[in-house]
Amino acid sequence: MVADGNGSIRSERPLVADRLVGLDHQIASAKPSVAGGWDLPADLDKDPAVIPQLADVRVPPELKADIEYRMSLYPDPRSAVIPALRAAQRHHGYLSTLAMLQVAAVMKVTPAYLSSIASFYDMLNEEPRGRHYVYVCTSVSCHLSNAKAVFDAIVEAAEEADLGDTDIREFECLGACDMQPMASVDGRYVGPLDPSDAPEIVAAVREGRKPLPGRGLEDSDHMPPGAGDPPPQEEAPG
Amino acid sequence: MTAAPTTMRLLKDIDEPGLATREVYERLGGYAAMRKAVTEMGPDEVLAQISESDVRGRGGAGFAMGKKAGFIPKGDMDKYLVCNADESEPGAFKDRVLIQRNPHRLIEGCIIAARAIGANKSFIYIRGEYELQGDILEAAVAEAYEAGYLGRDILDQGFDLDLVVHRGAGAYICGEETGLLDSLEGKRGNPRLKPPFPANAGLYQGPTLINNVETLCNVPLVIGMGVEAYREVGSEKSKGTKVVSVSGNVQRPGNYEVPLGTKIRDIVYGLAGGPLEGREIKCFFPGGSSAPVLTGDEGLDLAYDFETMAQAGSMLGSGSIIVVDDAQPLVPLALRLAQFYRHESCGKCTPCREGTNWTVKMLERVDSGEATPMDLELLQQVQTNIEGNCLCVLGDSMAMPIGSMLVKFRAEFEQHAESARMRNDAAVVEQPSPELAASPQAGPA
Repeated sequence: MVADGNGSIRSERPLVADRLVGLDHQIASAKPSVAGGWDLPADLDKDPAVIPQLADVRVPPELKADIEYRMSLYPDPRSAVIPALRAAQRHHGYLSTLAMLQVAAVMKVTPAYLSSIASFYDMLNEEPRGRHYVYVCTSVSCHLSNAKAVFDAIVEAAEEADLGDTDIREFECLGACDMQPMASVDGRYVGPLDPSDAPEIVAAVREGRKPLPGRGLEDSDHMPPGAGDPPPQEEAPG
Repeated sequence: MTAAPTTMRLLKDIDEPGLATREVYERLGGYAAMRKAVTEMGPDEVLAQISESDVRGRGGAGFAMGKKAGFIPKGDMDKYLVCNADESEPGAFKDRVLIQRNPHRLIEGCIIAARAIGANKSFIYIRGEYELQGDILEAAVAEAYEAGYLGRDILDQGFDLDLVVHRGAGAYICGEETGLLDSLEGKRGNPRLKPPFPANAGLYQGPTLINNVETLCNVPLVIGMGVEAYREVGSEKSKGTKVVSVSGNVQRPGNYEVPLGTKIRDIVYGLAGGPLEGREIKCFFPGGSSAPVLTGDEGLDLAYDFETMAQAGSMLGSGSIIVVDDAQPLVPLALRLAQFYRHESCGKCTPCREGTNWTVKMLERVDSGEATPMDLELLQQVQTNIEGNCLCVLGDSMAMPIGSMLVKFRAEFEQHAESARMRNDAAVVEQPSPELAASPQAGPA
């Protein structure tokens, strides 16, 4: 039988540490993509991961209120993890160590737990990727209408214009195949796109305005292809 | 088959300005079915009507909604209704339109379904990318609360219901019902082992009914028009209409509502305008990217309903037809498809996690000309070994279409690999060798 080296020591650990050792240091240091020392044996004398206390972490009041409201909506407050992380991401731009600590303190979970959630979902970023996003759908239907060329054009245009603070990436199906190929620019669905639309999208993100007026999903005058055509003949079933 | 009275049910009035507001929705007869279900009918009666109507799940599996709701235990306990609005299947965009244009129909469906099973708490799990639709839905929910259709003591009948719009954060796997439940509980969206099924131990281990947006949107129709009228449209076993999302190489991609059992040719050519000028349909996915492909010759003249699609060796799935024309090489398409499933595999089950990864690698070899004929055999074998061996069907969703492409278009895969290999060989022969010798560091151009 394999002895569990951690067992006895782990059980002696306090559930909540009296003090948060080195908390200030944690906040200041940039988070590496892979935790350092992952290949070293565990330091069993180290304090275990703890739930940060609200008294130790300064949480912006509006963020705290937002998270607490979301927690109140569910029978189990933990259900609000994703909405809370999204709120923190909106507040901080990305899920920095500080953002995670703040959410953890309000929700009374460990930052490690939040990290396990954030790493699972595509829209939660533990690295700064930019406050704005351009998700270009290159999934099956858009692939069939040459979405890769649109994506490449947008990347190229963004490089030329030196557009910063923007997360431009290929995304899986965004559920708007009727306007294929399309992209979501900060949540605004635009399409059908052509590589020649790339400079306009980049310019709009830079200037903080809505890209491609009249070609977004929510625009009242938006016409998907074929919508202006005469209605097709109703087929007689038989 | 009798002549269909009207095929426009879910998409009726969809272009009406302001339909997303309660005022316009009620002017067009909205919430009448909810009033009827809450004030005039008992929960058992509502459930019986849903069962008799044979509404089948529109999310993919096609399971009868009445049967599923009937599994929910009776009695006083915490029961939950969850609406699956995590529409992430490539090719599917019907739920987006239903939520964006007519959110109150979905809310009405949720109220009636919750009434039928006796749930007091309901959730709509909407995918995070649908920011606009999420905002619209939240506004509509607030309106419904204001009108007293949600909250405490609805219509003075002593029936309480809370409805929460929960936004996801970008994970296809959360469209799988148990993955969705885990995600809604604030965990990673890993599917659970079944049984127990969600009807017995779902959200917070309580009995839970999970239905797709379109399914729940059908519920007010059933109650409103009555079972008889509802069943008038459709084929023998698949009743009602289906919103079909047509995309890919067609002239008019979009959502079209047809009675179940309509000929696919009528949908693809009649409604969506057929392939572009001068092109032929090579193959199509009848039910989103997870469905095995059908070639144009074998599939176009079939009836579009659950049974016929299953008999043809494919499935109706979410009801999304993706058309591929003869100008599209299949290998890059298969590769893109496999990349999607590799990216979205949650990693819990080995056949899916490894199978999707290796499928991508092997298809990359086929595409770049490094494949041997044996690779296609191996590729096929990997697909077979994924199917049915995981907790959920995400792996199968890749294995089935790729497997069907390999069987039906084997020659094209072989030819693609062979021509890529010959291109590589030619590039090596053309390589000016003195230059290579002069600068050994330089790689091939």
